[in-house]
Amino acid sequence: MATTKKKLVQWDPAHVKAELLAKYPSKVARKRAKQIMINEAQGNETPEISANVRTTPGIITMRGCTYAGCKGVIMGPTRDIVNLVHGPIGCSFYAWLTRRNQTDAGPDGENYMNYCFSTDMQDSDIIFGGEKKLIQAIQEAYDLFHPRSIAIFATCPVGLIGDDIHTVAKRMKEKFGDCNVYAFSCEGYKGVSQSAGHHIANNQVFKHIVGENDAEKPGKYKINLLGEYNIGGDGFEIDRIFKKCGITCISTFSGNSTYDQFASAHKADLNAVMCHRSINYVADMLETKFGIPWIKVNFIGADATAKSLRKIAEYFGDKELIDQVEAVIAEEMPEVLAARTDVRTRTEGKTAMMFVGGSRAHHYKELFNEMGMKTISAGYEFGHRDDYEGRQVIPTLEVDADSRNIEEIHVEADETRYQARKTPAEFEALEKAGYTFKQYDGLVPDMDQGTIIIDDLNQYEAEKLVELMKPDIFCAGVKEKYSIQKLGVPMKQLHSYDSGGPYAGFKGAVNFYQEIDRLVNSRVWSYMQAPWQKNPELSASYVWE
Amino acid sequence: MLLRHTPKEITERSALAINPAKTCQPIGAMYAALGIHGCLPHSHGSQGCCAYHRSALTRHYKEPVAASTSSFTEGASVFGGQANMLQAIDNIFAVYDPDVIAIHTTCLSETIGDDLKQIKKKADAEGKIPKGKEIISCSTPSYVGSHVTGFSSMVTSMAKMAEPTGKKNGKLNIIPGWVEPADMEEIKRLVSLAGVKSILFPDTSGVLNGPLSGEYKMFPDGGTTVKELKSTGDSIGTLALGEWCSGEAARWLDSKMKVPCRVLDMPFGLSATDRFIDALRMIAGVSVPDEIALERGQLVDMISDMHQYFYHKKVALVGDPDQLIAMTEFLVSLDMCPIHIVTGTPGKKFEARIKEITKDMPFEVNVRAKGDMFLLHQWIKNEPVDLLIGNTYCKYIARDEDIPFVRWGFPILDRQGHQYFPTVGYKGGLRLLEKILGVLLDRLDRDAPEQSFELVL
Repeated sequence: MATTKKKLVQWDPAHVKAELLAKYPSKVARKRAKQIMINEAQGNETPEISANVRTTPGIITMRGCTYAGCKGVIMGPTRDIVNLVHGPIGCSFYAWLTRRNQTDAGPDGENYMNYCFSTDMQDSDIIFGGEKKLIQAIQEAYDLFHPRSIAIFATCPVGLIGDDIHTVAKRMKEKFGDCNVYAFSCEGYKGVSQSAGHHIANNQVFKHIVGENDAEKPGKYKINLLGEYNIGGDGFEIDRIFKKCGITCISTFSGNSTYDQFASAHKADLNAVMCHRSINYVADMLETKFGIPWIKVNFIGADATAKSLRKIAEYFGDKELIDQVEAVIAEEMPEVLAARTDVRTRTEGKTAMMFVGGSRAHHYKELFNEMGMKTISAGYEFGHRDDYEGRQVIPTLEVDADSRNIEEIHVEADETRYQARKTPAEFEALEKAGYTFKQYDGLVPDMDQGTIIIDDLNQYEAEKLVELMKPDIFCAGVKEKYSIQKLGVPMKQLHSYDSGGPYAGFKGAVNFYQEIDRLVNSRVWSYMQAPWQKNPELSASYVWE
Repeated sequence: MLLRHTPKEITERSALAINPAKTCQPIGAMYAALGIHGCLPHSHGSQGCCAYHRSALTRHYKEPVAASTSSFTEGASVFGGQANMLQAIDNIFAVYDPDVIAIHTTCLSETIGDDLKQIKKKADAEGKIPKGKEIISCSTPSYVGSHVTGFSSMVTSMAKMAEPTGKKNGKLNIIPGWVEPADMEEIKRLVSLAGVKSILFPDTSGVLNGPLSGEYKMFPDGGTTVKELKSTGDSIGTLALGEWCSGEAARWLDSKMKVPCRVLDMPFGLSATDRFIDALRMIAGVSVPDEIALERGQLVDMISDMHQYFYHKKVALVGDPDQLIAMTEFLVSLDMCPIHIVTGTPGKKFEARIKEITKDMPFEVNVRAKGDMFLLHQWIKNEPVDLLIGNTYCKYIARDEDIPFVRWGFPILDRQGHQYFPTVGYKGGLRLLEKILGVLLDRLDRDAPEQSFELVL
C-alpha cells in the first residue's frame, strides 16, 4: 500500500454550487439550485431541499424507474415467490440477479431467485391485449413449479394498453386455491424514480401477504427488520448478531426472506426500520393495523450497530436481553476496534462523497466517521424531503401530480388482531427516558456545516464535484463507477457493493474499513501517467551516442 | 442446486419465458450508437430503460456508458413525449455538446405512437439543432425482435447518414455487427494488413476499452466519425458481417446508394475467416499478404495439434444468431459436436442454417430460434454435453450439471478480457481454442485417477 499523503483541498461551497449550475440553461439551473443545498444552520431550522421531483429530460440521471424499485428492490430478494414480469423481455432480463441479494434456501428449499420469468410480450400482445398471454404464463408457472405464491409485475406498455392484471391475479388465485397470486401496477413511467415502486410494493405486500399466517412463532424478543436487502450478505451478518443476542427476527423486508416471513410479520412485537425510504409505509401500516410500534435503527457501522441493539433491548426492557446485548457488544467490539485503529493510520482525514439510495448515503456516513473520514458532499438518488430533513416535514409535503398517482391505502386497526404491545404508561415511561418511536431525523442534521447536499445528482455534476472538491473516494452506483475512476478517484458502489461485503454489523464494519483502506490507498492511482508523460523534455545526457 | 426447480421432462410453453437468451431492442441500439465518435445515445422512454441499459453495458465492458433519457412521467405517457424530447435536445446540446444524438425508442414511446422523425423536424424548425450537429434515430420497440435487431436498426440509421458526392472514395464499408471492441480492432488490423482502406461502422474500439489516465472523456477518441459515415455512400462496396446484425444496413446502402454489398458470416473460426479474407481480396482487388497466410497456418496447426481433445466432444451453445452460426461451423470444423443450440432472437433462417451446418454430424441437433436457457438446460439434462459455451448466465447451468464452461457472448459479467482480446479472425480463433482447451483439459486433470494423471497432454 502507498503511504498516506495528506492533501489540502480548498473549496468554497458557494463557489462549488455556482460552478455546478453555470453550464445549465436557465430553467434547468433554477430547478437544480433548489436541489443543491449548502448545509448552513438557519437558526434552529433545518434548511429546505427540493427532493422527489422530476428529473429534467436529457440530463443524465442516476435514477431508474418504478418497476426497478418494486420488482428489483423490494420483491426481488424473496426466494419462494415466482416473480413474473408482464411485459417485453428486457425488464425481467435486467432485473435478473443483477442486484447482489443473497439468500439461503438450504439444500432443498424453494428458491426461484436464480430464475427470470417473463411473458415476453410481442407486438400482437400490445395490439390485441396481453391478458390472455398473462393468464397462460401464470398457468404454465403454476404447472411447472407449484409455488406457494406468484407475483405479477406490470411494465410500461401494460398500463398503456390497459391489461387488468389485478383481476387476472384474483381469478388465478381463486382457480388454484393453494397459490397466492397478486399483482403490482409498477409501470416504469409512474412517479419520478424507484421510490414510487417501493411504495407500490409496500402496499401490495401489506394487502395480499402480511397477516396471512396467524400461527404463533417460537422465540423471545420478536422483531421484524424492515428495509434490509441482504446485499453481499449484510442480512446474514445482522441475523448472526440477532441470534447471538437472543433476538428473534420474524421477518426481514426483504433480504433472505420468504413468503411466510411476510405472512407472519404481524406476530412481531417491534419493527426495526433500516432503510426508511423504501419501507416506512409497511412500518406505518403494521402499527396502525396490528399495533406494532416502529423505531429507526442502523446496522451500518459498528457503533451504530451497538446503538441499535441497545435500542431494541431497551424497548423490551428485559434484563436478560439487555445483559446479553451488552455481552455481545463487549465480545464483538475488540476486533472491530483493532481493525479501526489500524486503518485509521491510513484513512484519517480523508474525504468521501456519497450519492446513493434513499438512506444509504446517511447510513454509510457512520462507517466513514468511524474511519476518521469526512463526508464532504452527499445526497440521495430517490430520497424524499423527510429523508433529508426528518419526518417532521411530512405533514408539510406537497402532493404533486407525480405522487398523486401512487396509491395510498387506507388501513384501520384489525378488529381481532390489533394488540397494543405496551401499556400507555410503559410507552410514556420509555419516551420520558428519551426513547423515540417513529422518528427519523434525516441526513441533513448529521452533515457538517458547509458541506454540500445534492438531490438526484447527475453525471455532469458528479464530474464537476470531483474536479472541484477532490474527494478521496466517491460512492454511487455501477453507472457512475467508471467515469469517476477514469478521473483517478476510487469509486465504491454502495447499492450493490461491486463485490465484497457484508458491510453491516460488526464483521461488516471490519470488511468495510479494509475495503475503503484498499481503495483509497491502492497503488493504482499513482500510475495515471507514464514516466515520459511526467517528464516530457528530452535531456541530452540520456541520448545514446 | 442453483436451478433446482428445472425438471428434466420438457413441457411445451406458449406464454412463459424462463431464463431468456435475449434482451430487448433498445440496448442494441445504445451499443451501436456508442460506436459513433462523439455520439450520445438517447433513450426515448421512461428513466428505467436507460438506467438498465447503461448498467448492463457497464457491467459487461467495465467502462463508462453515457446515455441520456427523455425521463417520461405519467403525464408524458398520456400526452406524448414530444415536449420531453425537445427539452432533452436543448439540454443535451447545452450541457454535453455531442456531435450526434442517436435516439432510439422504447416500448413506452412506441405504444403511445411518438413519431421521432416529426419531432426531429420540429426541433429543426425551432432551431434546436446547432449547426454541424446531427440527430439520428431508429425505432426499437422492446416487444419486437431482440437486442440484436435493435442493434441492426441503429446500424441501418447510421448507414442512412450516407451523403454520396458521386465521387468514389476508394474505401470498403465494413459492418462488423455486435462484436467486442477488441474484435472491431482486430477486423481493422486484418483489413489494413490486406492493404484495404475501409470505413468500419459502428466501431466501439477506443470507446468501450479505453485507458485509465486520470482523464474522463465523455466522448472518447474512438468511434466512426460523422464524416466517415457520410462518406459510406461513396465507398466501392460493403461487407456486412452477420446477417442479423449487419445485413439490413448493407442492403440499404446497396439498393439506395448503389454501393454493392456482400453479407458474410461473422469471421469467427477458420472457415468464416477464410471467406472474409477471400471476399476482402476479391472486392478490393488485392492479393493476400503472407502475414495473413501465416496466421491462418498457425490456427490450422493448433487444430491439428489438439484435435484429440476436441474430437466428438458434445457442446451446448447459447447466444446470438450471427455468433452461433459461425461458432457452430467452427466447432464442426474441429470435429466437435454442437448438439444443443439456442438463441432468443426469432428467425426461421437460423434454424435452417444450423441444420445445414450440422447435417453430417453423428448426433442429432436440437436447435431453437425462439428458445430460452431453461429449455437449453432441459435438453442438457436429457442429453449431457462435454462443454457449454454462452454468456455469464450459463454458469448456473454449468455448476449444477458440472460442465466445463467457456464464457462467450453478451453479457459477460464475471470475467475480464473480452474487451481486450479478440475472438474474430485467425488470431481470435487461437484464443477460442485456447479457452476451450483450457476448460476441457482442466476437467481432464481434475477427474483423472492418480494412476493415469499425466504431465504431458
